[in-house]
Amino acid sequence: MKRQVPLALCFLFGVAMIYTQFSPHQYSDAIYKEVIKWGLIISPFALVLAVVTLIQTHASRIRFRAEHWQYSFIVFIGMIAMVLAGVPFGEQNTVLVWLYDNVQVPMDATMFSLLAFFIASAAFRAFRARAFEATLLLITAMFVMLGNIPVGDLIWETLMSWTPWEDGASWLRQWILDVPNTAARRGIILGVSLGVISQSIRIILGIERSYLGGGD
Amino acid sequence: MLEKFMNMDRRIIFLLVALVVIIPTLIPVRLPITVSEPTQKLYDYIEQLPSGSNIMLAFDYGPSSLAEPEPMAKAVMQHCFSRGIKVIGMTLFPSTVTLADRLMKKIADENNAVYGQDYVFLGYRPGTLPVILGMGTNIANVFDKDYQDTPLSEIPMMADVKNYDQISLLLDLASSSTTEAWIIYANTKYDLQIAAGVTAVIIAQMYPYLQTGQLVGMMPGYLGAAEYEKLLNAPGDGTVGLNTASFAHLLIIILVILGNVAFFMQRRKEA
Repeated sequence: MKRQVPLALCFLFGVAMIYTQFSPHQYSDAIYKEVIKWGLIISPFALVLAVVTLIQTHASRIRFRAEHWQYSFIVFIGMIAMVLAGVPFGEQNTVLVWLYDNVQVPMDATMFSLLAFFIASAAFRAFRARAFEATLLLITAMFVMLGNIPVGDLIWETLMSWTPWEDGASWLRQWILDVPNTAARRGIILGVSLGVISQSIRIILGIERSYLGGGD
Repeated sequence: MLEKFMNMDRRIIFLLVALVVIIPTLIPVRLPITVSEPTQKLYDYIEQLPSGSNIMLAFDYGPSSLAEPEPMAKAVMQHCFSRGIKVIGMTLFPSTVTLADRLMKKIADENNAVYGQDYVFLGYRPGTLPVILGMGTNIANVFDKDYQDTPLSEIPMMADVKNYDQISLLLDLASSSTTEAWIIYANTKYDLQIAAGVTAVIIAQMYPYLQTGQLVGMMPGYLGAAEYEKLLNAPGDGTVGLNTASFAHLLIIILVILGNVAFFMQRRKEA
């Protein structure tokens, strides 16, 4: 029963939702709208699940003294502080907004900003024309970067004025994005979509059961 | 000497990055900007909308990446308010609610827009797909109240807005794959016109959708924000950000060239 019921529900809802996408009948439309409402109700439970998983993960890190386990206390302090400030007094109360403005936003922005430093350092060390593919990637990346900046066209006109293109750097960047990039992306999208469709059919038919746990 | 250069202390590179970011921010330089086709298309689309139309702005980025989408939001909202187009804000990111609410208020104040008549901020609801699909049937089913806890039925500009049928455009300001979710679920299912303002890292993945017309336009990173500001003839944060990004890009290009020159010189020496 523990497995049959979820499998039956999955099959039933999977088939019903496919049906709603292809049938314009009023009953089909009513089912679709009803399921969307259910989805809206169920979605917040994912947040509860996320919180429970976060607590379990960090509690176990502390219990087993995993590497850098001390930082797990910071996670709990941050989480408890935000919950105590937010849940009883609402999301617009002064303390919560202060914590958000002065802790969360600067920390988030700092983490992301650090990327610029590491990218520059990594580009200098690792971006080498060692092989044909690496050279191709390097040249493409350089032209896209050059086209991304306003001075790119000025540099192009200074160094490559013999080329027939006006605003050459912008033109080349646009061509790279429009043609080779789009072709490659489209291939990826088609591949991923076919994979999603086949995996969905496997789940609906109960062939793929790993989402139930146990790995069979 | 070559060995020493190739193994340069990374703190020197960090210092150079800091300098190329700080100096152009403090001493702004006006660089020439060429408007790209995706930005022009977005501008033209909004420009041809009749006064009184509604556009939805999805603030789908976190505080970590606000530097790029915020100037885009400012430029587009300024354009909308100047043309009498109403703006409905919402977010799929819980961590952006406060930022988006404050940003909308600030831009609205600068443009004498009135809350409830010219713009509204709905806030956040959990679940990306049910939210996108749910608003297609009835926005009030998903957001029964706005961020200020006012029922939608009491907000004047929402009186005639039931679902996507009354929204002329959704602009997704994104730092992740939310734009694709909007395209797949709101454009394909409900014919909602979608445009995007995305951070530089995800520009490339948007191009297939631009080519098929599933995206009516796009602002690509800082460049897009600066281009939109140029079209409005109102240089702002996007232009300043682009200056900074330009010098950072140039530094990376120079570092890569120097690194490769040193690499080939060393290889020749060894051979």
